[in-house]
Amino acid sequence: MCMAKVRVLVGTRKGAFILESDGKREHWDISGPHFAGWELYHLKGSPADPNRLYASQCSGWFGQMIQRSDDGGKTWAPAGNQFVYDGVPGTHQWYDGKPRPWEFKRVWHLEPSLTDPDTVYAGVEDAALFRSTDAGATWQELAGLRGHGSGPHWQPGAGGMCLHTILLDPGDPQRIFIAISAAGAFRTDDGGQTWKPINQGLNSLYIPDPTAEVGHCVHRIAMHSSHPQVLFMQKHWDVMRSDDAGDSWHEISGNLPTDFGFVIDVHAHEPETIYVVPITSDSLHYPPEGTLRVYRSRTGGNEWEALSKGLPQSDCYVNVLRDAMAVDSLDSCGVYFGTTGGQVYASSDAGDSWKPIVRDLPGVLSVEVQTLA
Amino acid sequence: MIRVVLPAHLRTLARIGGEVKLEVEGPATVRSVLDALEALYPMLRGTIRDHVTKERRPFVRFFACEEDLSHDSTDAPLPEAVVKAAEPLIVLGAIAGGKLSLLEASA
Repeated sequence: MCMAKVRVLVGTRKGAFILESDGKREHWDISGPHFAGWELYHLKGSPADPNRLYASQCSGWFGQMIQRSDDGGKTWAPAGNQFVYDGVPGTHQWYDGKPRPWEFKRVWHLEPSLTDPDTVYAGVEDAALFRSTDAGATWQELAGLRGHGSGPHWQPGAGGMCLHTILLDPGDPQRIFIAISAAGAFRTDDGGQTWKPINQGLNSLYIPDPTAEVGHCVHRIAMHSSHPQVLFMQKHWDVMRSDDAGDSWHEISGNLPTDFGFVIDVHAHEPETIYVVPITSDSLHYPPEGTLRVYRSRTGGNEWEALSKGLPQSDCYVNVLRDAMAVDSLDSCGVYFGTTGGQVYASSDAGDSWKPIVRDLPGVLSVEVQTLA
Repeated sequence: MIRVVLPAHLRTLARIGGEVKLEVEGPATVRSVLDALEALYPMLRGTIRDHVTKERRPFVRFFACEEDLSHDSTDAPLPEAVVKAAEPLIVLGAIAGGKLSLLEASA
């Protein structure tokens, strides 16, 4: 009898929802909406204390809030919401290439420390990385990222100039990977003081210099904790792989029907098994042919199989946004993703079959999963 | 004593049931009322006006006695009826906003 529990944290356009099940993952209890009416870009639990959750709550009217729970999402309390850029913020490029001052808009992604429940990183728009070491009460910018020197040349993607991906290296606490639309991927090896762009091998035909050091619209990066030097990337177009911690990348799109998309994730126990959800194109944000399919590669890329059992195979025109896929770490790896149509689909057999575990939420912005003992 | 009416979302955020009643030190102005409000409810900092510049957020407006005070100096004295608590200062969320960020999440 499996005593484990799974908790799925779902951020939507109109609130947060928490879904819980036992290890069988057949029946789900749903709580929510938490923070009803607000946009919840992201919620994530601390690996060091699963009852400690952080949530990014925002609103076009009232701005940014950070919420914290110490009881697994039953109750919440507002934490600090003051994000002030270090020093004189300077300028980045606007869509038309003109300089534009850095201006805080919202928190896209919260990444709790692997070891300390009170330390959490925040990826924000306009792109910057902040850190709190007091459980979200106060935030300090890791300004070396914008200070890298290429900052004045960064440009927003269609969704704004957001820092959306933060990967903490479990083997090296000084190493962090981040990604920005549309600047690209960056890495620090000194705990966030200095950063370097890691975009060599990316080829983006939609920018003036397709192989530029910065300017790539990276949508998402994923890593398996046992192989932190191996990174997988869903770029605007192209699915990419690096075997040297981002120093160089090569394309692994292989036989995908389209290599545009947002999410990418790695199987909990098989470091060479990866998942993407192909989306038709940058102007057609829905699955090809109106059929929703997850694609899985068991070979670390290039060879992909369509997984469609239990997913809508006609008239489906939802999108799956960049933070809306996650895996659990039960023996049979569970895979979860949410759609802009408000469904959260789950597979308890590593993607072979799917079912909606909730289907009429507001549009889903993010999905995270906690596997609880 | 000053009465303040907040938008529903901010009342929920700050766990406020109805109107807020505040004692304000010195002249009652939008600025001094918001200072007192934020001191009592720190979670409201940044939601009505910027943390640092103290500028009103674009989709928030201030009304009292059927007058739009949003573009007045925040140091201007509030109407007598507000000072005497006959009328509330109303913080209002405009019937707009939100849409931009909704679009932005998708690309």
